[in-house]
Amino acid sequence: MWPNKFDYARAGSVDEALSLISDDGKFLAGGHSLLPVMKLRLDAPEQLVDIGRIPELSGISANGGLTIGATTTHDEIATSDAVQSMCSALASACGQVGDQGVRNFGTIGGNIAHADPASDPPTVLVACGATINIQGADGARSVSAQDFFVDLFETDLEDGELITGLSLPNCSDCQCAYVKFPHPASRYAIVGVAVCLKMDGGTCAQADVAVGGATVKAVKCAGAEAALAGTSLDDAALDAAAEAVKADIAEWLAGDIAYPEAYRQQMAGVFLKRAVAEATG
Amino acid sequence: MSTRIFGSGIKRREDPRLITGEARYTDDIKLPGVLHMAVVRSPYAHANILGIDSAAAEAMDGVVAVFTGEDVDLAGIPTAWLIPDSDLKTPEHPALAKGKVRYVGDGVAIVLADDRYRAQDAADAVNVEYEELPAVIDPEEAAGEGAPLIHDDVEGNIAFKWAPFDKAASDAAFEAADVVVSERILQQRLLPTAMEPRAAMAQYNPATQELTLWCTSQNPHIHRFIISAVTGLNENKVRVIAPEVGGGFGSKIPCYPDEALVSWAAIKLGAPVKWTETRSENYLITIHGRDHVQHVEMAASNDGAIQGVRATVYAGMGGYLSTAAPGIPTILHGLLYVGPYTIDSVYCESIGVMTNGTPTDAYRGAGRPEATFLLERMIDKVADAIGMDPVEVRRKNLIPAFEDGYEVAAGLNYDSGDYSTAFEKALGMAGYDDFRAQQAAARAQGRYLGIGVTAYTEMCGLGPSQVAGAVGFQGGLWESATVRVTPTGKVQALIGASPHGQGSETTLAQIIADEIGFPVEDIEVVHGDTTETPMGWGTYGSRTTPVTGAALAHAARKLKEKARVLAAHLMEASVDDIEYADGSFSVKGSPDQAQSIQEVALMAHLAWNMPEGMDPGFEESQFYDPPNFVFPFGTHIAIVEVDAETGVIDLQRYIAVDDCGPQINPEIVAGQIHGGVVQGVAQALCEGVIYDDDGQLLTGTMQDYCMPKADMFPNFELGETVTPSPHHPVGVKGVGETGTIASTPTVYNAVLDALAPLGVKQIDMPLTSAKVWSAIQAGSANGGGN
Repeated sequence: MWPNKFDYARAGSVDEALSLISDDGKFLAGGHSLLPVMKLRLDAPEQLVDIGRIPELSGISANGGLTIGATTTHDEIATSDAVQSMCSALASACGQVGDQGVRNFGTIGGNIAHADPASDPPTVLVACGATINIQGADGARSVSAQDFFVDLFETDLEDGELITGLSLPNCSDCQCAYVKFPHPASRYAIVGVAVCLKMDGGTCAQADVAVGGATVKAVKCAGAEAALAGTSLDDAALDAAAEAVKADIAEWLAGDIAYPEAYRQQMAGVFLKRAVAEATG
Repeated sequence: MSTRIFGSGIKRREDPRLITGEARYTDDIKLPGVLHMAVVRSPYAHANILGIDSAAAEAMDGVVAVFTGEDVDLAGIPTAWLIPDSDLKTPEHPALAKGKVRYVGDGVAIVLADDRYRAQDAADAVNVEYEELPAVIDPEEAAGEGAPLIHDDVEGNIAFKWAPFDKAASDAAFEAADVVVSERILQQRLLPTAMEPRAAMAQYNPATQELTLWCTSQNPHIHRFIISAVTGLNENKVRVIAPEVGGGFGSKIPCYPDEALVSWAAIKLGAPVKWTETRSENYLITIHGRDHVQHVEMAASNDGAIQGVRATVYAGMGGYLSTAAPGIPTILHGLLYVGPYTIDSVYCESIGVMTNGTPTDAYRGAGRPEATFLLERMIDKVADAIGMDPVEVRRKNLIPAFEDGYEVAAGLNYDSGDYSTAFEKALGMAGYDDFRAQQAAARAQGRYLGIGVTAYTEMCGLGPSQVAGAVGFQGGLWESATVRVTPTGKVQALIGASPHGQGSETTLAQIIADEIGFPVEDIEVVHGDTTETPMGWGTYGSRTTPVTGAALAHAARKLKEKARVLAAHLMEASVDDIEYADGSFSVKGSPDQAQSIQEVALMAHLAWNMPEGMDPGFEESQFYDPPNFVFPFGTHIAIVEVDAETGVIDLQRYIAVDDCGPQINPEIVAGQIHGGVVQGVAQALCEGVIYDDDGQLLTGTMQDYCMPKADMFPNFELGETVTPSPHHPVGVKGVGETGTIASTPTVYNAVLDALAPLGVKQIDMPLTSAKVWSAIQAGSANGGGN
């Protein structure tokens, strides 16, 4: 409620932001992950560099794939026709973040920088093969979402680096879905499952699956993908995938006192089936 | 025919200011030169304080002073409900801990600074050295062998043992019974979570020696009483103001250390001092509710007659005994063991146990939900044991209708009740008989539907002061009110009670309007300031409408009588010839000769032409001590479906038939029932405090502590019956707590009914999906229900 003292500066460009940031500073965009943490005095950055009004960081463009600026809000993504068309699961996930007020302010870049394992967008970004675009003092680089999320609240981002945006392949020929089992207290995911299926007639040619919420980070689930690929997504395949997904996430499990790891692991299987049903329904 | 505002669902007169943000709460009040208080709180549940180093904090910019428990010369925070015949111990509760902390959040030092941020920075800089001690949270464990001793003068951590009933008779009833069912019931700790956290601000005038304390209080007159006692100031030099108060649910009844500390610091430093709780502090230090471990048994015959109920209750008190805490698991609990049933034998041993948790006290329903739950749970178990439908068991045992008094085995004299009518009405609304067929069909498809039915009555409208005295309540339980009419015919109703969101400004105005004919929009209800209002004991226990409402009705009737005599005098008619309708007094036989109540009020103020012996002015007061409690009642029914794959519970229907006598404002009654049901259902399904083994609060924010949300609920289906209270001037009963009291067992029993074919017999509340899912796995592993 009463954050520690901090300095504040507003940057007009990415270059200015990178020049302003100090060793104990943090970038501020929508503030909906950072400020609560500061108010609880769980984090006390000495400086905030506000990137919320840098024009080049905001917006969605579609040219073959999707490019989304870091300060694009959850609501802008959830309601974007381009996102709906190229990766409807991401629109769905961003539409399930927090409440409308949070979605109006919270940004995709801030969300992934915070790397809350129970947040919704990272799970879809990992499933759909997104790339995170990063800029630092030494120039720009890109990293896959799968490699970007390292562990609980831990990313590949180095000190002083800024997420500028992310890129997604055009997935308009896939059937994708994000299905969430919300924690009744926080409405973060007890488990969230994203699936992206390429269907060839009645056969699943390729399956991409990721799980969040039940895990310390969004986890790509190769076992479940293999169990689904090449099948007609019949009950036997779904049962096998539900078993496989539990193994896929076994080493990354997370839980809390009310919804322990074992329960979340089981639910990952249940919600994988529900995600496939929604994607193909 | 006169028109009645009583019974009309007019809009709440409080709402324009509340919903536009114009209401003024304690924290909204700004005083020049105010100092902000931050409290250094213990991070340990149980520890010795070895030393406090505040030098760094004192040196920080803007810091005026740092004080510890050794500096603060206040008397201890008192416990004000001293249960007789219970060997009660009241351990000292210093405003700041001295030598030892007893729960996480216990105050250790205060920092006063010119700015709230600087106060918090300095509080963080106070260095306290602790020696951590083993902690205990579970009340049964705390009362057991080898538990860490929390207060040296409370042997075995047992603060009291209350067992007023005849044990031999109870034992005999159980021995004679065909069937005895038992269960260990956990009434988990709950966080009251009023929308406004607590706040307090004090200002002291050394010249007049007057202290003004603004605080979030449900009972400013009790706060004045206690602050006077704690500070040593004369009570007539203490003014307590409860401005707008954003809910309480009981949590703003007690006097806390924080209110005493701002008062002390304001006197000490000669500057106003303000403290506003954060939500995190609220969850740590504002009282929690419930926290019972109950060992319950019920005895019955094979044909479903309930013959006895008995329980041993370990009630967690937390680190200190809060203001009313001892009364909650005793008087407000054990006396309710009969419910609406013909149970001839009750026994309750309630053991108040000190623990290293946050102090507990009254939370909406306070003792009565814990009683209703155990009764209703055990009745479903009796039904299961003897193979009878649970509705049939209840139907068989309901007390027949009575209009004026029914004495029950627990010693209470119920005022009026017609339980069967409400019961059958609710069953009809639910379509109970059809439901059982739907349930069977659903089960055949692998879907798990369940129904829970609760018949309840409860004791509220606290209460006769003589009873209060007999049960050790350190105060009266009457109320007083003044109806003051201005020369221009506008009304101020001054009351000692202190509503904080219930809509009483509307309902009480409706009572006055109905009695004496002023338009309701001309009546202002004034409350919350000990200097402006007459004495009263506060708003809790569903007592404001029954007790303050009665005082107002009587005061208004006195005014009406004065008006009748004055009107007769002014119209030169005999008093016997005066007729009254809709705020107008007329002479029988000559209807064009009339005086409105406003005209009479003006003439009473002018006093130009008064009858012999009549005093001027137009104002009457009434002290009202109720002759008995009031006993609202009803039947609630819930229908749920459990997703066996996930354990998620879907509350599909909720039917509530409540009888609170005649409804003054049906919209407000419905609002009270809605809110009460939501809080009670939340106890069954999602709310629950969790501590770790060291006594750290794990549910310290709403991210972890599950508050109910609108989308968890269906539209409620409400019904009513109307059985007036025979002893109340307008027949009304309280309705503030009925929803909370009835709904928890209703939903719990519905879920257990749904899970019956899966072999699930018991799950501790709250019924989270994880617990339900685990219970299903365990039940199925044991071969299911049969």
